[in-house]
Amino acid sequence: MYAFEYHRPTSIGQAATLATEVEDVKFLAGGHTLLPTMKMRLAAPASLIDLSQIAELHGIERSAESITIGAMTKHAEVVNSSEIRESIPALAEMAELIGDPHVRHRGTIGGSVANNDPSADYPAACLALNATIITNKREIAADDFFQGIFTTALEEGEIITRVSFPIPSRAAYAKFRHPASRYALVGVFVAERGNDVRLAVTGAGADGVFRVPEMEQSLSRHFAPDALEGIIIPPEGMNGDIHADAAYRAHLVGIMARRAVQAAASRG
Amino acid sequence: MTATGIGAPVRRKEDQRFVTGQGRYVDDFNRPGQAYAYFLRSPHAHAAIRSIDTGPALVMPGVLAVFTGDDLAADKIGGLICGWMIHSKDGSPMKAGPHPALAQDKVRYVGDHVAVVIAETLAQAKDAAEAIVVDYDVLPAVVETAEAQNSSVQVHDVSSDNTVFNWHLGDKDATDAAFAQAKHVTKIDLVNNRLVPNPIEPRAALGEYDPGTDNYTLYTTSQNPHVARLVLSAFIGVAPEHKLRVIAPDVGGGFGSKIFIYAEETVCVWAAKKVKRPVKWTSDRTEAFLSDAHGRDHVTRAELATDDSGKILGLRVHTIANLGAYLSTFSSSVPTYLYAPLLSGQYDIPAIYCEVDGVYTNTAPVDAYRGAGRPEATFVVERLVEKTARELGQDPAEFRRRNYITQFPHQTPVIMAYDTGDYAASLDKALELADFANFSERKRDSARRGRLRGIGFSSYIEACGIAPSQAVGSLGAGVGLWESAEVRVNPTGSVEVLTGSHSHGQGHETTFAQLVSDRLGIPIDQVSIVHGDTDKVQFGMGTYGSRSGAVGMSAIAKALDKVIAKGKKVAAHVLEAAEGDIEFKDGKFGVAGTDRALGFGEVALQAYIAHKFSGQDLEPGLKEGAFYDPTNFTFPAGVHICEVEIDPDTGVTTIERWTAVDDFGVIINPMIVEGQVHGGIAQGVGQALLEGAVYDQSGQLVTASFNDYCMPRAADLPSFQVDVTVTPCPSNPLGIKGCGEAGAIAAPPAVINAITDALGHEDISMPATPQAVWRAVRKAHMPMAAE
Amino acid sequence: MTTVSLTVNGQSVTADVDPRTLLVQFLRENLRLTGTHVGCDTSQCGACVVHLNGQAVKACTVLAVQADASVVTTIEGLAQGGELHPMQAAFREHHGLQCGYCTPGMIMAAVDMVNRKGSNLDEQTIRAELEGNLCRCTGYHNIVKAVAAGAQAMVQNPVRQAAE
Repeated sequence: MYAFEYHRPTSIGQAATLATEVEDVKFLAGGHTLLPTMKMRLAAPASLIDLSQIAELHGIERSAESITIGAMTKHAEVVNSSEIRESIPALAEMAELIGDPHVRHRGTIGGSVANNDPSADYPAACLALNATIITNKREIAADDFFQGIFTTALEEGEIITRVSFPIPSRAAYAKFRHPASRYALVGVFVAERGNDVRLAVTGAGADGVFRVPEMEQSLSRHFAPDALEGIIIPPEGMNGDIHADAAYRAHLVGIMARRAVQAAASRG
Repeated sequence: MTATGIGAPVRRKEDQRFVTGQGRYVDDFNRPGQAYAYFLRSPHAHAAIRSIDTGPALVMPGVLAVFTGDDLAADKIGGLICGWMIHSKDGSPMKAGPHPALAQDKVRYVGDHVAVVIAETLAQAKDAAEAIVVDYDVLPAVVETAEAQNSSVQVHDVSSDNTVFNWHLGDKDATDAAFAQAKHVTKIDLVNNRLVPNPIEPRAALGEYDPGTDNYTLYTTSQNPHVARLVLSAFIGVAPEHKLRVIAPDVGGGFGSKIFIYAEETVCVWAAKKVKRPVKWTSDRTEAFLSDAHGRDHVTRAELATDDSGKILGLRVHTIANLGAYLSTFSSSVPTYLYAPLLSGQYDIPAIYCEVDGVYTNTAPVDAYRGAGRPEATFVVERLVEKTARELGQDPAEFRRRNYITQFPHQTPVIMAYDTGDYAASLDKALELADFANFSERKRDSARRGRLRGIGFSSYIEACGIAPSQAVGSLGAGVGLWESAEVRVNPTGSVEVLTGSHSHGQGHETTFAQLVSDRLGIPIDQVSIVHGDTDKVQFGMGTYGSRSGAVGMSAIAKALDKVIAKGKKVAAHVLEAAEGDIEFKDGKFGVAGTDRALGFGEVALQAYIAHKFSGQDLEPGLKEGAFYDPTNFTFPAGVHICEVEIDPDTGVTTIERWTAVDDFGVIINPMIVEGQVHGGIAQGVGQALLEGAVYDQSGQLVTASFNDYCMPRAADLPSFQVDVTVTPCPSNPLGIKGCGEAGAIAAPPAVINAITDALGHEDISMPATPQAVWRAVRKAHMPMAAE
Repeated sequence: MTTVSLTVNGQSVTADVDPRTLLVQFLRENLRLTGTHVGCDTSQCGACVVHLNGQAVKACTVLAVQADASVVTTIEGLAQGGELHPMQAAFREHHGLQCGYCTPGMIMAAVDMVNRKGSNLDEQTIRAELEGNLCRCTGYHNIVKAVAAGAQAMVQNPVRQAAE
């Protein structure tokens, strides 16, 4: 790791000000992507701003219509939140599939969403649940937020404060883990809200998380695995590595979509 | 059997420190004034070094020195060696290219050592390494095992076609004749995938030099500290043997990869004198992937000839073995004498002929990894036997049984003389434990759930207890493979055993103490096992090849016999009886036919106070040493049965059942033996399903971290059903055969035989990843599909 | 340099550290608590697992400065009064270790598992929960047995559990 300056503000305002004052800044959330990258000397920020002590970034709130999660909320907190378990159980189940128990004690929703790793789980949940990403400056719809691998609508110095998820009628996440890294080789999040069905895929796409309109349309007519029969996901635009080439990933999108729908449908 | 004697599942003495965090591994040692080494490694698989400018690094903060290969050469430090000479068919010696600890003129694989920075902190050393300017002339690389001999790329000047040796074993004419008579010939093409050993403790070295005494000390993660000292002194020349102390303290797993003498420990010892400071290097995991010696990496074509009744007539094998960019310490022996002599398996095969081409490529050196040659041989034999049985329409278990060797001793056509065994006994027990009778019912149940179920056998044999020194000497080994022991009895009757074996997870502090407790009749907590320090322990050969029980403990047994014999002399004087009348039993020296007896501790005390005998009659003291050289290899064997279920939609293979029945001869501690079997199976399953080192065409290691190289996790494995049969080994005094590698040897073909059984065709390679199995399922069901 | 103050195994510790110091480095190098190991550089192997404010974390992926004002328990702090913690005793009793290198992280992960999931842990749960800990020696068979037994023992001996 290269040397850096460390800052630990206690308010969003302080953090935002610091970000404009010091050079070459990275915000430190759970650190479970950033720190390994820095250890490998693949990232070399001059300053780290640790967001952990900002009270406004913590906490889970439930309203009649939505669940709103503070950006510094750890995966384990989402897993264990009774509000989330009751309202969007699929979200808690998804969080329990991130990394491993120790990672879930540190990794945060805000960090995951801001990083937009093409194999991360949260982007699929955000997109399928039609979440709103709330920053210190504005609110951004998930459809507008994720803009390709490791790329988001966030501007320089902009801080995610909360992520708000409308409560669906039913939803589920099916993940096929990468054998080595345990990130999503293919992860499919499906959510139904009224007549609106959204289905998002992570891990597979060369440009990161994406929705599958053809599946969504078919599912909005008939929310069952057999609604996906005959929908072929082409390998073009899929990721490939030694563990899974584009054709296999494309195939898995179909399989995982069916399994996610099955799981969601069984919620009645 | 006593509660702590031979055969008892004694809880391990070493565990108290390990479960409380008090283990002492190399990186836990820190010496006053310690500096840190960081190696600049080649980013290219193959390049000529035009120049290295260390100047910018030398002025960086905290930097004490920067060294290159020229500095080592100037101090006349020799290159790393390969200690086993292999001769080609034409009698010519293998073509060993130079292997400098720090590259000179050329780098030959990604991770090759270019320079070393010594600095006050590791971070400073890393910062400075980035400032070194190396001017490379990047050359094309050769990576693929099968292509090495036809490549225009030449890795070493000594070999124009990258061939290290064309070696063979067996009788070609007899084998050709067997094939000419055959009613059926089964052919198979196999790749034995390259593996990265990955003990969880990375390698580390801490070198220290004392100018006052001219003594050097090296703390290192070694399975064989005396061999390391011998090589570092006699061959590489960093320090005289008697001035170099090598300490291998607690070592966090080895699996072969810590046998070898690497560049890093060489440089740390040498640099400690240059900078007049202790120098420490600890590998990170990425460095381990790049530069620990890898394992396996064979490409093989094999054929098995049978008559019309299904009796095996002959076996023909051609293997290309990738040895990487340089010949590592024992690399040449692995695909030759540790491989081809096992090609007879458990079977009576009248004629065998095997050719092996060892080749250079621009990849990390390949050397012994758990099983070393024997897993490769077993994979060939057991895949071929399974395929033959299927082609002949015979039950795979019964086909094996029909061809088992049943008369012992049995001389195979490939060197080995099997001493004892009862292969059918292990097969019968395994079939029963695996509930083979009801397999077809389970298969139907899987099919009802849309899953494919398969069962696979592996009826393996290995040669362990390596090895008779004279035998291996005649085969090209540069060393003898005996083992040493010294038993020091203290005046209070407690005992220290100094063993040349080294424990890095095997539990020697417990099992060796069990032997001593059993033989001397003293409590196990009165016994200490000392290993891993050349200043304390007499020269010994170390731990690898499942040899510590059969060879290391036999040396202890021999020394214990001498202790008892000396004790009888002492007791005879004290008890005023004839030496011939003294019996040693249950920890007491007694006069036969009387109740006069002395406890072991009393005799020890008498030996040291020496009041009861004259120095002219008997030397005082009670300390005996022994060197034990085995008369034969040992031949552990057994049957493993793997049952899998495949999800055809995803290609995920789940191991539903694992049954292992092994014959390890006499067992000292069944708890520890079972643990060794579990761990071996896990590594074998890893090879079969998960693990594979992959280089791209340019020679970059694609699998250089746990993010890409798939290590077995708890959820990838089932619980294992493990049992034994016992035929005591006749060639050593304890009847031990060895158990450390069995699982890794047995498992891969068991898994692949199960998967191919489920698939209904043979076309799957290791690792059988979900992607590969998914493709194979599609091939099975849609033979005309484009894919 | 940045000043950090934390409680490690019940002792207050204050030190000036370079911000790039990892918690595991701080424990091993500053405090000489070498029971916490490093086995990889990608936050996967779990040899470095310690408890931070009562939760298992990978000490190789936490900066020492992030642990300021925290309570850390390492493997050295688990046994109380010279007696092994029930999970430590279970690993020994069930031969849940061989080379011992992954063991501290395994035990800390296992204790955390019981804290989160309770004492009645079935095999499938244990295997899934060991996702973040690699062992190369044991094939996990005996680790699974040890965790199950240790979990039961922790309930039977709640005083010991409260030591954390």
